[in-house]
Amino acid sequence: MNKTKNTESERMTFWEKIYIPEIARGMGLTLQQVFKPKFTRQYPEEVWEPEGSYRGRPVLVKDEDGERCVACGLCSRVCPALAIEVQASETDKDKERYPVKFEINMLRCIFCGFCEEVCPEEAIVMSKDYHLVFQSQEEAILGKDKLEVPIAKLQDRLEFLRQYR
Amino acid sequence: MPEVVWILIEALIKAVCILTMILLSAATFVYFERKISALIQNRYGPNRVGPFGVLQPFADVFKLFLKEDLVPKASDKWVHRYAPIISLGVTVAVFAVIPFANYFTIGTGETARKIYMGIAPNLNIGFLFILAMTSVGVYGITLAGWSSNNKYSLLGGLRSSAQMISYELSMGLSVIGVLLVSNYFTTAQNGSWTNTLSLNTIVMNQSGWKWNILLQPLGFLIFLVSAFAETNRAPFDLPEAEPELVGGFNTEYSGMKFGMFFLAEYGNMATSGAIITLLFLGGWQLPFPAQWLGLTEGSIWLAIAQFASFLLKIILVAVFFIWVRWSIPRFRYDQLMNLGWKVMLPLALLNIVITGIVLLIIS
Repeated sequence: MNKTKNTESERMTFWEKIYIPEIARGMGLTLQQVFKPKFTRQYPEEVWEPEGSYRGRPVLVKDEDGERCVACGLCSRVCPALAIEVQASETDKDKERYPVKFEINMLRCIFCGFCEEVCPEEAIVMSKDYHLVFQSQEEAILGKDKLEVPIAKLQDRLEFLRQYR
Repeated sequence: MPEVVWILIEALIKAVCILTMILLSAATFVYFERKISALIQNRYGPNRVGPFGVLQPFADVFKLFLKEDLVPKASDKWVHRYAPIISLGVTVAVFAVIPFANYFTIGTGETARKIYMGIAPNLNIGFLFILAMTSVGVYGITLAGWSSNNKYSLLGGLRSSAQMISYELSMGLSVIGVLLVSNYFTTAQNGSWTNTLSLNTIVMNQSGWKWNILLQPLGFLIFLVSAFAETNRAPFDLPEAEPELVGGFNTEYSGMKFGMFFLAEYGNMATSGAIITLLFLGGWQLPFPAQWLGLTEGSIWLAIAQFASFLLKIILVAVFFIWVRWSIPRFRYDQLMNLGWKVMLPLALLNIVITGIVLLIIS
């Protein structure tokens, strides 16, 4: 014969059945929570600084010689969301080519990081920037002026990438 | 000017004050609810709008005013429109008989007037009026559920009416104990019993720590649980149980119509807080003799002190309501009905019998 206690009323003791002591216990528990530290980050005042592994807004690296990009167009080819548009032109510098136009449509970008992975010159990397606010669709298409970032600001990401090269 | 005009002016001023107070108290309780729930869940809660976020409820209501008011095509338009008004109206109407403090006198000699704090605090059927009004409150929710022409709304409305009717019984019966005790004190004082249902009399009889929570602990417990069920608050918030009924009776409501249900819910919290305070926590009685403040009966400062004590008690009851809501999960429907009919009702009857026997023996 099966003697396991199945129904709710069989499982509970008398004191549990009259609810009141259990309810008082539960309320004591919630009262304790009131005095515990809070986990909320007060966002606009308290900004979170991501690690080097963070994939934020993709940017173009700019070192002492100027931009690194040679406008090979690999990033544009690999981009699954078709967010990147590059137009190449010639230059007198050693590397011979540079992008006249480099645009990333941030409404299309999915932050996959393929552009960074495929880049032979380490010229496009994912930054730590996650404050992405746009008021129109046109504004969300970032040109070279907004994409180029000095190399000093991207050291964390470049070091992170070198671990896996 | 004739006496009638004075009475009308007095009632009008009181009505405006009380109405403002109810809406403000609803706003305060919304703020408390959000803040306390946040503290219990290790969050901060509203802290952006105004200092410590105190203006948050006003921002909420302002948002509701600006929202589009959607009315379902298949709904019964008139009933759909009036249901929230019934809900809020009933909440406000209960405050007509609630005494906020003892009377104070203005003027001296022949021109002296006794001003009672409350529109009709000495109404001799005061408590019956409250019971009647809270019963009408069911209509607001049930009609809202029915007129929306939506399965979930209808289920919410039906649950609400079944729940309220079940718990109103034990609520009414638990108060009979209070009335018996109050009647005993009145008889001991005057030799006859009059005005026993008047809320002011019930409060008067609780002076000097004869609070009914101490004399009627079982009645208090039953009334408290019934009050939770009557106000549709957790753990008895089945009419709007989100996981099963979408939004219950207010699924099809938006804009300020939803806002009125929202205000009515929190207004109801103030109402039941006030009723619990009046019946069990000594109403506007100060927790110490008035002589300690150096004030005599009839002075305006004593009335203000009593009013403050009344408000403080209401707020404590409301905070308790909120605390319970964020601690206890919702009852299942069969558990709710079991508790109402098989536990609360017999206990309420037992309470009456015990109170009656004890009073018979000591008198």
